This record gives sequence, C-alpha cells and structure tokens, in this order.
Amino acid sequence: MTAFGKLIRTTAFRLTLVYLFLFALFAASLLGYFAWNTRRLITEQITITVNAEIGEISDIYNRRGLRGLLNTMGNRALRPGANLYLVTAPNGQALAGNIESLAPGVMGIQGWTETAYRRLDDNTDHRALVRVTELTNGFRLLVGRDLEERRRLFGIVAKAAQWSILVVVVLGIGGGIFVARRVLHRIDAMTGTTRRIMAGDLSGRLPVGRSGDELDRLAENLNAMLERIEALMTGLKEVSDNIAHDLKTPLTRLRNRAEEALARSGSEADYRAALERTIEESDGLIRTFNALLMIARAESGQARGNMDDFDGADVANGIHELYEPLAEDDGMTLQVKTAPTPIHGNRELISQALANLVENAIKYGKPEAGVQPPGGQASAILIEARREGGQVLLSVTDHGPGIPEGDRKHAVERFVRLEASRTLPGSGLGLSLASAVATLHGGELRLGDAHPGLVATLVLPARVGGSDRLAAQTQDVPQKAA
Amino acid sequence: MTATAPQMRILIIEDDRESADYLVKAFREVGYIADLAADGEEGLSMAETGEYDVLVVDRMLPKRDGLSLIGSLRDKGNRTPVLILSALGQVDDRIKGLRAGGDDYLPKPYSFAELLARVEVLSRRNVGPAEETVYRVGDLELDRLSHRVARGKDELTLQPREFRLLEYLMKHAGQVVTRTMLLENVWDYHFDPQTNVIDVHISRLRSKIDKGFERPLLHTIRGAGYMIRDGIR
Repeated sequence: MTAFGKLIRTTAFRLTLVYLFLFALFAASLLGYFAWNTRRLITEQITITVNAEIGEISDIYNRRGLRGLLNTMGNRALRPGANLYLVTAPNGQALAGNIESLAPGVMGIQGWTETAYRRLDDNTDHRALVRVTELTNGFRLLVGRDLEERRRLFGIVAKAAQWSILVVVVLGIGGGIFVARRVLHRIDAMTGTTRRIMAGDLSGRLPVGRSGDELDRLAENLNAMLERIEALMTGLKEVSDNIAHDLKTPLTRLRNRAEEALARSGSEADYRAALERTIEESDGLIRTFNALLMIARAESGQARGNMDDFDGADVANGIHELYEPLAEDDGMTLQVKTAPTPIHGNRELISQALANLVENAIKYGKPEAGVQPPGGQASAILIEARREGGQVLLSVTDHGPGIPEGDRKHAVERFVRLEASRTLPGSGLGLSLASAVATLHGGELRLGDAHPGLVATLVLPARVGGSDRLAAQTQDVPQKAA
Repeated sequence: MTATAPQMRILIIEDDRESADYLVKAFREVGYIADLAADGEEGLSMAETGEYDVLVVDRMLPKRDGLSLIGSLRDKGNRTPVLILSALGQVDDRIKGLRAGGDDYLPKPYSFAELLARVEVLSRRNVGPAEETVYRVGDLELDRLSHRVARGKDELTLQPREFRLLEYLMKHAGQVVTRTMLLENVWDYHFDPQTNVIDVHISRLRSKIDKGFERPLLHTIRGAGYMIRDGIR
C-alpha cells in the first residue's frame, strides 16, 4: 500500500471526510436560508414602497388631474435612484416617466409583473418588479423598482457559498491529513515496537505520550499486558529450570545406582535391592511427572469440560474418611466439619486438591512441643466445608509450625519446598496443584495463620441456585454415618 | 494359576515393538498365551476371530485407533473384556476410554504387576460374574445383603468403608489387587496419593480380620499389592 493510500484509509481521515461533508452541507443550507429570506425581504420592501407610491400618485391624479400627475411624475422620475414610472394614454402612448422601453404587453396586465426594461438615461437592459394600475379615463400608471439590488445580493451570497465550501474542503482535507498523519505516525511507532516484541525482545515497551489521550491509554494497557506476559515468561523459565533440576536429580540418582550395581559384583540379593530402589525412584519420577501434567492441565483450563454439580461437604467427608486412619497412625487426629456447600466443578480435581492439603497437614502440621491452640487439641487437623456468601470454603487447619507470612506466596509455586520441609519426602507440587485447581474453578488458594499453624483454604465460587436442593440432600448424611 | 485351570489367552494390540515384546514375554512367563497385533486393523480381525479372555489395547494405534477398535468390537456384540493402555493418563481420557466400551484403563507408564493384577480381575469377570450373596475365604464369611462379617464363630464389626474394602478383596479372592485398584474401586478416586494411605486402611482391616487367628488370610504381595486367600489353597 502506498503511503497516501495508507493515510486515506485511516479512521481519522475517514472521520474527517464525514465531518467535512456535514459542515459543507451545514454551510450551504445556512447560506441558502439566508439568501432566500433576504430575497423575500427585498421583494416585500419593494411591494410596500410601490404600493405606497401608487396610492400617493393616484391620490394626486384624483385631486389635481392629469397635469398634476405628469408634474409629480416629472419631479419624481428625475431624482437619483428613483423608482420606475410610466404613465400611458388610453391609446398606449407614453406620456411621462423614466422608462424608455418595456417588454411588450406589460402595460396590458393589471397587477404585479417581473419584466425586462430599459431606462431613459441608461441603455442597458435591466429587470424590475412593476405594478400596473388603471386610472380613470383609460390612463394607466406603472410604478416599479429595479431588481439589480436583489440580483447583486444574490450574487454575493452565491460567491460566499462557493468560497466557504472551498475553504471548508481545503481546511477539512488538510486537517484530516494532518490528524491522520499524526495518528498514523504514533500507530506506526506502536506497530514497530510490537514487531520487535514479537521478534523476541520481551523487554520492549510502547511509547506513551504525555497527553493521556485514548492512544496513550491504549499504550499503557498494552504495556501492562506486556509486563504480565514478561512475568509469565520469566515464571515459565523458572519453572522449566526447576523441572529440569527436580527431574534430573532423581534421574541422576537412578543412573548412579544402576551403574554402581553393575560395577560391583554383588550377590543376587544386592542386585535385587538395587533394582527395587530403581523402580521406587522411577515411580517417584512418574508421580512428579503426573502431578506436573495435572497442574498444566488445570492451569490451561482443559479440565473445564468435565464439571458437574456436587456438594463440597461430600468431598470433605470422603477425604476425611480416606485419611483419618493415616493421621491417627501419625499420632494426629483428623476431624471434619461440614455445611452444605454447592459447587459446580471437577470433583476429582477438587478431591485431589483437598487430599493434597490434608497430606501436607499430616506431613508438616505436627505441633511443636508445649503448643496449646485456643479451644482445641494441638494434634488435631480440621477439614472444614462451609459457605460464606457467594463462596464455598474448603479448608484444612493444622497446629504445626505454619508458614511465615512472607513465605506463603512462594510456597504455592511449583517445586518449592520450604527450608523446613526439605528433609521430608514429597514433590513440592501439592500446593501448586491445589492452587491451580482453585484457579481453574475461578477461585484461589489462601494460606493463613491458625495461631499457631496453617489454614489452607480452597476458595471456590458457590454454585448459584443450588442451595435448596443440596440442603435436602445433606439431611440424610447423619443417617448414613450412623 | 492352578494346573487344572485353562490357560488364559491374551491379545496385546500395541504398535511399539519393544513394549509389545516385553508384555508378550512377561505374560508368557506367568503362564498365559499371549498374541500380538501391531496395528488397529490387524488387532480388530484377530480379536474377532480368536477366543481371547482379555484384550490389552493401546489407545493410539496405526490404521485404526484403540477407541474405534473397541467401539467396532462392541457394535458386533463382542463382549471380550478390554483393558486400555494410554499415555494420556488424565481423568477425562479415562472416562472417554470407558465410555467407548473399555472395561479398565491404565495410564502409561505402568508396572507389569499392576497390569497383570488388572488383567486377572478382568478375565475372571469373563468366566462368570462373582455375584454371589455370600463371599467365603477360609473361615471368613461376608454377607453382602445383611452386611454381616464373621470369621469362624466370631462376628466382626467393620466400618462401612472397611466392609467395602473387604468386599472388593473377597470378590477377587486369590487375585492380586493393587493399591490403585483399591483406591479406584473402593473409594472412587483416580488420583495418586503421595502417602501410603491405602496401606493404613489395609492394616486396620487386617487387625480386625486376622488378628488373633492362627492363619492369616490377607496377604501383602510385595511390589504389587494385596491378596486375600486361604493360605492352604
């Protein structure tokens, strides 16, 4: 596309053209209205003057007869800028006046006529508006007024119209080009930057002017978006570095062990032990890998296709039932407290997220010596499902050391295992998965303080309009448990 | 496998040569007859003509994919149990596989012990459903209707979930049942817990049914899972 083509295709230029058309139309109608009204006014003026004069002259004729009429006529006709006069005899002969010739037949029509004429003292053709009246005895009187004035005025208006339209068009197109070029210039700058960014330079930002106009706001928003993308990319890089690290470490261990077993000529039992550990290690790797895939899937929103309606209380009870013996074996007690919590979501994923939180609580939530939380047992872990306004909260509370406030955000990240837990087994993906699941459902994972201990809460949006049915459903829960 | 039982016939439909050979070899080692088909079309015609007890079908196959193969078999009224193997291990893929007519689903990578346990459970279903009202293993008795469990003369009190766990184990008495199978069939969860949560449930159950009795019935099979059986058999 040529530069000019590009220019005239801009929105700014097209808008200018529309405005130009509207302004021209406006100017033309204004002038037209003005011209038409002026013409009417002039005509009216002429009519009044002519009527008055005819009245006066008829009066003179009636009082002083033909002589008086001709006298008056002579006087008036000689005044500069005088009206047009003509008096004719019954035979059509001109007796007095300042008209040399008229269009034929004008004197025969009584009343108003617009006609061409020629004045005595001027031999060019003019036009006039005249009125003819019949006096007594067959004499006829014509009084009229030249229309030159009206024509001139009309000419001025027409000229004004031409000029103003020309000016509007020139200014309009000029202005349009100017504005379009300015906009185009800035858009081109933006395009250039985005091209650079697309080419891989994620640190590039769009130029933002000082005017705070819509383009600046757009640029600011795009910059904020770029900021987010850059952060995500950095995050992704960190994650892949972490993945590389966390998968390579066990792989290296695995390889070393196999090599060692090969190198040492041991008994069959030694080989068997080495192989068993190899399988164990690879199982751990597979688990880590599965967890990563699950997170990726939850984060990409693919699991949205598999959602149905259920009660969060059932999930809480189910997980409680599954983990209660495990907690007890570890010297803790697992308790559950539920209220109807209608959810629309992926039951399997939410169950797994809650299971991860419970596993974390069992693993890391052991109370420190001498700790006595208010109104509870230090070794108790509580699973709770409750509703708070439009939200469903599935929480797991322990009274262990908790997570310092500054570390909480960090703890949710993939592969992060806080210093305190480095020695315990685990992939470091439990909280990440829980968080990804919450995000998938439009909620979040909140970590809070249980004074002492950790409250990990899956905050999910409650299903709308499902509370009544669920209330009926949950009534039979105590019966089942009995 | 007892000597009198007819040999189990398995068809493996898998295009990856190495894992297919490994499976054939492993199944033959435990005394099965294992055939191999390398693509979907060949697999379909073999499955239709051969009398197999179980089909092990990879989901992604050349010429005809696993799900369409199963659908086509089922359309023709062939009810041979099918176990789907897939690299797509996610929940919805499993559901898709089961909807297409598969009977079980195992994500790759899997352990052979897990695969074997599942194949055995599937094939038994083919022989005849074990839908008796009362399950018996040795002197242990479980009545599915009255929810009564007794060992010898002693009445045992089980929690509802313990009852379902024992019911599943006894339904598959003499067969290895893996932890994942228990989690899937007793609890209906398809994720993979990072802790030994199933072992704890088993040890509770064991303390109720085996503790104080001379002969243990609930056995741990190393590297595979659990099995309930009368020690003598």
